[in-house]
Amino acid sequence: MALDTPKRDFKIVGTRVPRPDGIDKVTGKAAYGADITATGMLHGRILRSPHAHARIISIDTSAAEAAEGVKAIVTSADFATPDDAGIRDIRDNCLALDKVLYDGHAIAAVAATSKSAAKAAIRLIRVEYEILPHVTDVDAAMKPDAPIVQSGRAFESVPAGMSQNVHSHVEFGHGDLDAGFANADKIIERTFKTAATHQGYIEPQACMANLGADGRGELWCCTQGQYMVRENCAAILGIEASQLRVTSSEIGGGFGGKTTTFIEPVALALSRKSGKPVKIVMTREEVFRATGPTVSTSMDVKIGMKNDGRITAARAELRYQGGAFPNHTVEFGAQAAFAAYDLAAVQTLGWGVMTNRPKEVAYRAPGAPTAIYAVESVVDELCQQLNLDPLDVRLLNAARKGTLSAYGPTFNEIGLVATLEAAKNHPHYTAPLGENQGRGLSCGFWFNFGGNTCVSLNLNSDGTVGVVEGNPDIGGSRASISMMAAEELGIPYDKVRTVIADTTSLGFNDVTDGSRVTFAVGLATIEAARAAKNEMCARVAKLWGIDTDAVQWEDGSVKPAGPNAGEHAPMSIADIAAIADETGGPIAGHHEVNADGAGVSFGVHLVDTEVDPETGATTVLRYTVFQDAGKAVHPDYVEGQMQGGAVQGIGWALNEEYIYGDDGLLQNASLLDYRVPVASDLPNIETVILEIPNPGHPYGVRGVGETPIVPPLAAISNAVSRAAGIRLTELPMSPPRILHAITQRRDG
Amino acid sequence: MRYVKPDSFENAAQLLFDSTGITRILAGGTDVLVQMKAEMVEPDLLIDLKHLSGMREITHENGGFRIGAAVSGAELGEHAGVNALWPGVVEGMELIGSTQVQGRATMVGNLCNGSPAADSVPAMVTAGAIARIHGPDGARDIPVYEVPTGPGKTSLARGEFITSIYLPARPENASDAYLRFIPRTEMDIAVSSAAVSLELDSKGICTEAKVAIGAVAPTVRLVDDASAALIGTSLDDDAITKLVAAVEAACSPIDDKRGTIAFRTKTAGVLAKRAAKIAYARAGGTS
Ligand SMILES: Cc1cc2nc3c(=O)[nH]c(=O)nc-3n(C[C@H](O)[C@H](O)[C@H](O)COP(=O)(O)OP(=O)(O)OC[C@H]3O[C@@H](n4cnc5c(N)ncnc54)[C@H](O)[C@@H]3O)c2cc1C
Repeated sequence: MALDTPKRDFKIVGTRVPRPDGIDKVTGKAAYGADITATGMLHGRILRSPHAHARIISIDTSAAEAAEGVKAIVTSADFATPDDAGIRDIRDNCLALDKVLYDGHAIAAVAATSKSAAKAAIRLIRVEYEILPHVTDVDAAMKPDAPIVQSGRAFESVPAGMSQNVHSHVEFGHGDLDAGFANADKIIERTFKTAATHQGYIEPQACMANLGADGRGELWCCTQGQYMVRENCAAILGIEASQLRVTSSEIGGGFGGKTTTFIEPVALALSRKSGKPVKIVMTREEVFRATGPTVSTSMDVKIGMKNDGRITAARAELRYQGGAFPNHTVEFGAQAAFAAYDLAAVQTLGWGVMTNRPKEVAYRAPGAPTAIYAVESVVDELCQQLNLDPLDVRLLNAARKGTLSAYGPTFNEIGLVATLEAAKNHPHYTAPLGENQGRGLSCGFWFNFGGNTCVSLNLNSDGTVGVVEGNPDIGGSRASISMMAAEELGIPYDKVRTVIADTTSLGFNDVTDGSRVTFAVGLATIEAARAAKNEMCARVAKLWGIDTDAVQWEDGSVKPAGPNAGEHAPMSIADIAAIADETGGPIAGHHEVNADGAGVSFGVHLVDTEVDPETGATTVLRYTVFQDAGKAVHPDYVEGQMQGGAVQGIGWALNEEYIYGDDGLLQNASLLDYRVPVASDLPNIETVILEIPNPGHPYGVRGVGETPIVPPLAAISNAVSRAAGIRLTELPMSPPRILHAITQRRDG
Repeated sequence: MRYVKPDSFENAAQLLFDSTGITRILAGGTDVLVQMKAEMVEPDLLIDLKHLSGMREITHENGGFRIGAAVSGAELGEHAGVNALWPGVVEGMELIGSTQVQGRATMVGNLCNGSPAADSVPAMVTAGAIARIHGPDGARDIPVYEVPTGPGKTSLARGEFITSIYLPARPENASDAYLRFIPRTEMDIAVSSAAVSLELDSKGICTEAKVAIGAVAPTVRLVDDASAALIGTSLDDDAITKLVAAVEAACSPIDDKRGTIAFRTKTAGVLAKRAAKIAYARAGGTS
């Protein structure tokens, strides 16, 4: 769908109306995954592997079955065989097949009449293991003699002779690299490593399943996509999609981490076996050990530059491990790495690798933050060594409309140059710095997504409107959807209520991911509203006894289109709704689409840090985010996305990491030792929203949810490297690591 | 699990003495309840003593203060007298947790939980604090320094518990300070820590000094060589260099997910130096 008009005066879009979920959330009324209960409900609990890698020789559940209160026990034998390889992997992650592949991998589950009975029964399950050698580091896993996590999983793109842990290989780029590097005045090549980080959503996964012996089921769960849950669970349980109704609860954060299933198939299997509703709520420890963190990486980046800052050639090789199953995250990283640059010669190679770690799950702009961290670090070091202004160098090489991107497509309208210029003109960029302080910046990029979307818009008899959509609201989308409906219909925001449907109420909707919802659901809502408006025009024309062409929609009312249409008082939506039963019955509009035109997104982050040279501690002093939002429907929420991404990036850059011991076990499965930033660690995150309308959306909207987590890693690393006087190439930049680097610099 | 609220110290001691399983005392519960929830410990007997006489009181005694074992961090932090006399002790206690945790957490719980990284302990040790212990044989007093014996362990005998901590009086021109290193700014466990308590003469020369370090050994450590480095000086550069060397020499930390041996050792020295300078300034010294 195309942009209506480049300049438009909105009445509601762009204002800061109250959020519809606010009062429920602050009063505790909002119903999250764990808040639903049912009569006769049982409590499910999952037995997890204490080993990093082991063959399951036997599982003896007899003692547990005999224990008081136990109603059902399930293992992988209770699951069906889905046709889809990806869903089979999800199944084998929900309950291990013949091997446990990582510390925390689920093996069996119990449903019992109380939590304590379930806990006691879990301890009575006897599992005999044959312990196998394990590998958790990406570079180690790529060595030809590394322990093999899963064999026979490599795609054809992987050359022969590599470790079987290497499952995928991708390559992107164009131009003559050799000539480009030969033409450079300065070449820098560095190797980087980044640790796996967790999405850190505050609400652990929770669900309540009720699957009868007749194969009909109800599932209530906390997810980013009820349709995805339905497809996965139906395939894993061997039932038809129509037999399973999935309702998404209010959600306490997702960030990509709730775009798959962990406990839902298990709860359904327990319910089917016991004939009772079964609830499972993960503990925080389970969340850390067994739900998706992001990838950990090892990366080489080489960039050549002329003395004036022109990049002549750029190359990156990315090695991403995504846990014990194949994943495609490295492909996004390889595509995104150089997206901000207009390059004559560029190549990115990516390797996807399996290790004995939990199955990776999307985390905001999956794959991009790490690749761009490596690229933007090398660009910054080149600027330092050639004594160039880092913003000028980005502007000189910036991708713009017409640029052949490093990953193939040619860019349309993009906001990168405007964003860089906004950063350059902002007082932050020239503010003085003190001793031990450094300023860093980075560009960021994300593709954004549209996807399958359905919306129904129902006109109520009092003239108010209900919008039914199928995407869990993880970033304020209900407010934005209501705003776009109200804008389109010309009625006040508070006359519209948007609800999220269960899987039987609408056609298929893609998951809430890819920053797609405000874009795609917004677009479908506008189209649904337009369909309703057309219907209202037709009804009024009928009532007035004139042609539909002779009426027009203006300011929320139907009016005669001109003097020839006759004298008729305008009819408001409320007027039309009140007599709908006399003009043909209820009025609704709906729209189903596989939306494209999402429009890529760029951002620039600017950060000042201070490093304590005696302890290696970093203080983030000042932080400004510049991002193109296309059109900020609800600026508070856009700013919230920008701030939240920056904060998660600060955690990733400075302290968050999955720490595995030599035994392959996760050492920090708690919020004490997995250090997300606390409020007092952060300055106010300033935001500057740019609005370069997206040509692919009627109001110019672009997704904003993912791009903000892309620049922080490099921006902070560049700031810390400048403050500490030494280039850092590994994340997180925890105080011991920084102090070690400073000590090495001093000792020469 | 049995939860009991005994009506006297005597009954409490008897209950504790008679119990054969795992026992825990419930003060603020910010360690005990968290450990129970995390399934790290499942006590057979949980004894609540908060309501017993004097447990929640701060009383002036011989120029110092007696602090009941159930006084929370928030209550201690609002006590002007203790703040004026032992600011380092108060700042150690107030670093614990968040506002919510402060409303419950106690110094005695922090001490008896036995963490080598306990934040209130080093400054109690440099203050020369005395723990009053009640047990089957009545009451006895021992220095706080002698309470922890290793991670999760104390010198308390079967049936014994602490009823109060006594912070002694001290002369003019004296003060203390506590600092810890954590990777974040709050809600974290000390990677290393240091408390310093100083007494100065009228010329600003240090006449008495105590230096204690935390999280760098199985228990809090008093570093006599560090005290010696400061006594007789006005914390000149040479004295500070010696202090740092003495502190580093006294460290025997572990390498773990929270910090390396080298990092803990280095930062303990840095913190001792910085805490000494703060205590010196608080005591009225100018250098
Ligand atoms: C979110 C959070 C943050 C925290 N941050 C910190 C921090 O920054 N620094 C830090 O040092 N700690 C921290 N802690 C740990 C804890 O809050 C402190 O150790 C606190 O001081 C414990 O006191 P309490 O009264 O809650 O002890 P409880 O949990 O009630 O008891 C702790 C232990 O002391 C024993 N005990 C209690 N009273 C007595 C008594 N009278 N006699 C003998 N034994 C007794 C109990 O048996 C138990 O073993 C934190 C805890 C949480 C939950």
